[in-house]
Amino acid sequence: MKKELTCIICPRGCALQVTGEKGSLEVTGNTCPKGREYAIRECTAPVRTVTSCVRVANREDTMVSVKTLNPIPKGKMMEAAQMLHGIRVFAPVKIGDVIVDSLFGSPVVATRDVE
Amino acid sequence: MKEHKIVVIGGGPAGMAAAVAAYDRGVTDVVILDREPGLGGILQQCIHNGFGLHKLGQELTGPEYAAVYARKVAERNIPVFYETTVTALSPDRVVTAQNRDGILKIKAEAVILAMGCRERSRGALNISGSRCAGIYSAGTAQKLINCAGYMVGRRVVILGSGDIGLIMARRMSLEGAKVEAVCELMPYSGGLMRNIVQCLHDFDIPLYLSTTVAQIHGNGRLEGVTIAQVDEKRQIIEETRRFIPCDTLLLSVGLIPENELTRGAGIPMDPVTNGALVDDSCQTMVPGIYACGNVLQVHDLVDYVSDEAERAGIGAAERILNGDNTAETAKTEAGFGVRYVIPQTLHRDGRDVPLFLRVSRPFGKVRFTVRQGDEVLVSVKRLKAAPGEMEKITVPGEKLSKAQGVITVELEELA
Repeated sequence: MKKELTCIICPRGCALQVTGEKGSLEVTGNTCPKGREYAIRECTAPVRTVTSCVRVANREDTMVSVKTLNPIPKGKMMEAAQMLHGIRVFAPVKIGDVIVDSLFGSPVVATRDVE
Repeated sequence: MKEHKIVVIGGGPAGMAAAVAAYDRGVTDVVILDREPGLGGILQQCIHNGFGLHKLGQELTGPEYAAVYARKVAERNIPVFYETTVTALSPDRVVTAQNRDGILKIKAEAVILAMGCRERSRGALNISGSRCAGIYSAGTAQKLINCAGYMVGRRVVILGSGDIGLIMARRMSLEGAKVEAVCELMPYSGGLMRNIVQCLHDFDIPLYLSTTVAQIHGNGRLEGVTIAQVDEKRQIIEETRRFIPCDTLLLSVGLIPENELTRGAGIPMDPVTNGALVDDSCQTMVPGIYACGNVLQVHDLVDYVSDEAERAGIGAAERILNGDNTAETAKTEAGFGVRYVIPQTLHRDGRDVPLFLRVSRPFGKVRFTVRQGDEVLVSVKRLKAAPGEMEKITVPGEKLSKAQGVITVELEELA
């Protein structure tokens, strides 16, 4: 296998090359160990952090921004966003409050305070 | 008239970091004025993650990054005047503002400008066609979706591939819209490569380079746009016109530093950055008035905004505590391949000075050289350089203390 990737871990955006087979992948082009880790995961089981908003039921025109605390499988991003559409929360909400216990393996937490 | 040592105009990432840095440097009589009901500025609508990697060593969303600094402001009991719009600034540092209580005048020993920037609008582009609903600047759409919970459309074309355009392509997709295309007038994207990957490739959204929106169609609501390729003079190539049905057009076509107050105070401006001319402490050419963040230069990373604002805050505090920096100065200038350099003037006082610059077009492997006459002060290599990615080159203080004349930053392409 031979694959070219752009690292998305930080704004530097290193151009990565991955060669070899599953279990013994070789990564070049990374400037830090996180790049190697990203490249291998991207070629085996890619993940992404999903960020979105959910409606605050007891405040007019107010949303609370949320994120998956851990990255979830890349293929589940759309489904995760769809499921968050149906969620309603009640203020007050604090940063870090758990909004959903588990969404494709990760808790969903608030990223904004709503008083 | 009220009096305060330091007045910070704007409570976004720049204003918060500047106020905190000034306070920590020893000037505790600092106030922040902001037109919104809360601190954070543009970060409040930037709900995606990727903020804080440099500055805080962790990956945060925009509201979380803002909350870190809002907490620092609160811990220091720095007063914030909310829903307060500054209407005028005089060169002798009288700030006039307006809020529900009426008109407020504050005389300050230092003023820190941190008003941020605004989006370029449709009117600036001269796109022909009808004046229908469904055309938004990307940041307005972002605020409507993320803060008010109002979905702006279902079938979308985005003009402009800067980071906001790319982020909104992903956001609209996650909210269930179909993003038909992102069009970019230039032959390269103005956004970070990582955003092209995670916002476009992840969602199979095509990016058309050297392409623009030639015509807007719609009666009442937008019904579609005609896109077309452009030649090297950015003129539309007629035979490439094609129609894309859509109900929404998002414009992500550049940011303009919001400098009406700055100009009103007669502060000299840089025609390239559209921000004030500043020295290495972010002081403008009018003594005691400082500028930082997107009102000085449009940044791509908030981490650098916080750094820059801290320099402004420290600079303002030090001038109040110690008086003017009387060290000799040197001017900087942009040489080959470099569009601008900030600061435009720096002090040769032995302190290291970070220079910030953008290149004029995408380059492969390059070497940046900072020189004064024939003497090379610093030389650094980069594997690539792009206009969308600000470069930072630090010049060691001991090199500056000796050097004479204009400091030029230029690049050469390496094979």
